[in-house]
Amino acid sequence: MSRLFVILTGLMLFASSASAGASAPKELKDLYFGEALYHAFQGEWFDAIARLDTELQQHYRLDEPERDTLYYHINQAEFAVGDFELAYRMHRRAGRAIKAVIEGNVDERVRNEAIFRLARIYFQKDQPVNALYAVERIKGVVPLGIRDDLAFLRAQILMANGRFAEAAGILRDLQGAKDLEGFSTYNLGIALMRDGKEQEGRRYLDYTGQIRSAEPLTLALEDKSNLVLGSKLLKEQDFKDAKLVLDRVRLNGPFSNRALLGSGWADASQGRFKRALVPWSILVKREVTDEAVQEAMLAVPYAYGKLKVYSKAALMYGNALEKFGAEIDKLDASIKSIREGHFLKALVREELKQDADWVVKLRKLPQTPETFYLLDLMASHDFQESLKNYLDLEELRKKLENWETDLDAFEEIIQLRRSYYEPLLPAIDLEFRGLDSQMRLRLEQRDRIKKRLKAMLVVPRPDYLATSKERFIGEQIRQLEQKLKGGGAAAPDAIDARIKRLRGVLKWNIYTEYDKRLTDAYRHLRELNHEVDLLQKQYSAFVRTRQAATQSYGGYDKGIRRQRILIRAAREKVGELMARQGHMLEVMAVNELGRRRERLTEFQIKARFALADSYDRAVRAQTRERMGR
Amino acid sequence: MLCWLRVIVLGVSVLVSSVAYGQEVSREQIKGLDEQVQEIKTDVLAIAAELNQLEEKLLYPSNTEVSVFVSLVSGETFRLDSVEVRLDGKPVAHHIYTFKELEALRKGGVQLIYTGNIRTGEHDLQASVIGKASGGADLHKTESFEFAKDVGPRIVEISLAAQRIKLKDR
Repeated sequence: MSRLFVILTGLMLFASSASAGASAPKELKDLYFGEALYHAFQGEWFDAIARLDTELQQHYRLDEPERDTLYYHINQAEFAVGDFELAYRMHRRAGRAIKAVIEGNVDERVRNEAIFRLARIYFQKDQPVNALYAVERIKGVVPLGIRDDLAFLRAQILMANGRFAEAAGILRDLQGAKDLEGFSTYNLGIALMRDGKEQEGRRYLDYTGQIRSAEPLTLALEDKSNLVLGSKLLKEQDFKDAKLVLDRVRLNGPFSNRALLGSGWADASQGRFKRALVPWSILVKREVTDEAVQEAMLAVPYAYGKLKVYSKAALMYGNALEKFGAEIDKLDASIKSIREGHFLKALVREELKQDADWVVKLRKLPQTPETFYLLDLMASHDFQESLKNYLDLEELRKKLENWETDLDAFEEIIQLRRSYYEPLLPAIDLEFRGLDSQMRLRLEQRDRIKKRLKAMLVVPRPDYLATSKERFIGEQIRQLEQKLKGGGAAAPDAIDARIKRLRGVLKWNIYTEYDKRLTDAYRHLRELNHEVDLLQKQYSAFVRTRQAATQSYGGYDKGIRRQRILIRAAREKVGELMARQGHMLEVMAVNELGRRRERLTEFQIKARFALADSYDRAVRAQTRERMGR
Repeated sequence: MLCWLRVIVLGVSVLVSSVAYGQEVSREQIKGLDEQVQEIKTDVLAIAAELNQLEEKLLYPSNTEVSVFVSLVSGETFRLDSVEVRLDGKPVAHHIYTFKELEALRKGGVQLIYTGNIRTGEHDLQASVIGKASGGADLHKTESFEFAKDVGPRIVEISLAAQRIKLKDR
């Protein structure tokens, strides 16, 4: 029963986790968050986490995070990173991320959703007590979208903690939830049976087995319910009811082989061997590696024997013996192949990674001996998790290998930039320094003129606006005056008058044109400012480019060295873990193949005895017939 | 013979139960190894983050960095086959979409199709889309846009719909 519970839990868990997952916000403000979602929607979890981690780190480093575009999606991003980590099977980190949300200053709904996710992680990691503790912390308003999922999870956790009556109570309330159709009744059946209410529990299993759904998952659950209930009845020797229930399993579903086998045994156990041959005859034509098919290969001749068709039974036993022998050879080859490392090589084949359903793809691989008998094992949770880990490690190995090549390329780029810039920069810097001092001088001049013009608005100074020609003439007049007064004698009146007139004309021009000149000066200053702006832009662009030139090759050595060390250490660790994980997978596979080989050997012995027995009976029957004639 | 029958009937119940495999691999071993795998994933993710920053700093300095994103307008059902982006007349990105990528875009994911370096100032961007409309007709559209690059990193979003291609200023 506990094994049964594990299987059911697996199915139920799938249903609850399938509904989880990030979705895009209605209005996307942060494109890098959108990029993380783009990777996540394709199942590229590593890239999704790496992108979102970088975005979140940058966001929290900002002085004003509320001005960042990620601010609009921050709660969703925090949840999404937890979801991605969970999908990438990093449960411990996912738990930490969600705990951070719970402990933060967030709305009650957000907090409750975070606790729900944390409880689900604990439950998935087989920590039912922690899951129960978490789920009991949920108080107040729960977001509408997760209400049913939360109730279902609560019931699952209670079941895992042995509190079946409470779980049954919750599950009864969930019977109307469309998304949980099948899952809620199935679990209710199990909870009731575990609570000692066997008959009521069976009624719910029976009900689950008769749901008509278009959903593949619900259909599989329907088949599973019928198989479980049918097998239970078969074990209790209620063959009639067992037959009825087992015949409800779809003929093309994943549980059909086991159901056909059971259905045949239900007939055979009632002495209806002819009827037993119907499901068994369908079954023996199916894939020979299947356990139920192999058992049917013995069951069919057994039924013929019971129907006294000994010769046919003997022939079929002979045929089964031959096939078992071939299968044992195949298993031996498979075990050898696994031990030689071919299994692990097949697992990391590129075509598997093109599809999320890589297990299904693995089935479709050319029938390499090493994967032939492992389909059931591959469906088991532990094997799948181990295999996914192995594939993840292989992905990490390739990434680390590529990154080392990237670092080589980076170093080459840096070296090329250095060899290009270093000889050029001293001459450029020298020229720049010259231009820089010229520019500063001109800017100072501009500032002086500006200040002077501003002062002239208050205290007019027409002389400041004299043209160079006027200044020159003024100087000439001054020199003439000096010359005339040089000997100490007074200048002749006529000349003095002429000089005064000249000075008067000069002054007249300067004073009468003052307003116009001042306006012109302001216009020129504005024009100069425009040129200065352009110059300053050019100056800034040059400074940035100059800075970028140095930064393009300087200051990377330490970082690259550090990365190399980290990558090398990670590569070693990945290599070691791959070896251990690979060995674990090989051991699991060899054990499984060994178990199947052992079973076939037993079948072979039984077939040999049965063949001899059928042969004897056929001979005796023929002798009797001859003697009778 | 009846005894043998019972053995086989018991075999049915074995089939119903979960698959049993060897004893040599314990749950604790699986769990222990799984935790170590989780640890190395954390380490490698940290390396990836540092490496991303190093790459961005080295190859795409912020004063010249330009990033072009592609998104689908919500509710669009046309089949996107490929997108080509030209910057100042030069083809810089060409992407052919897989089913998974198209689904990711339809769900609201955004693809970073190009990251590169350009000078500050005005630039031309041309986006060409090839696909099939929901009715099955061929779809071939090209639109040209202008955008300005300042001193900071420039982000450009090309938003696609069957009817039009739009440049969203970010």
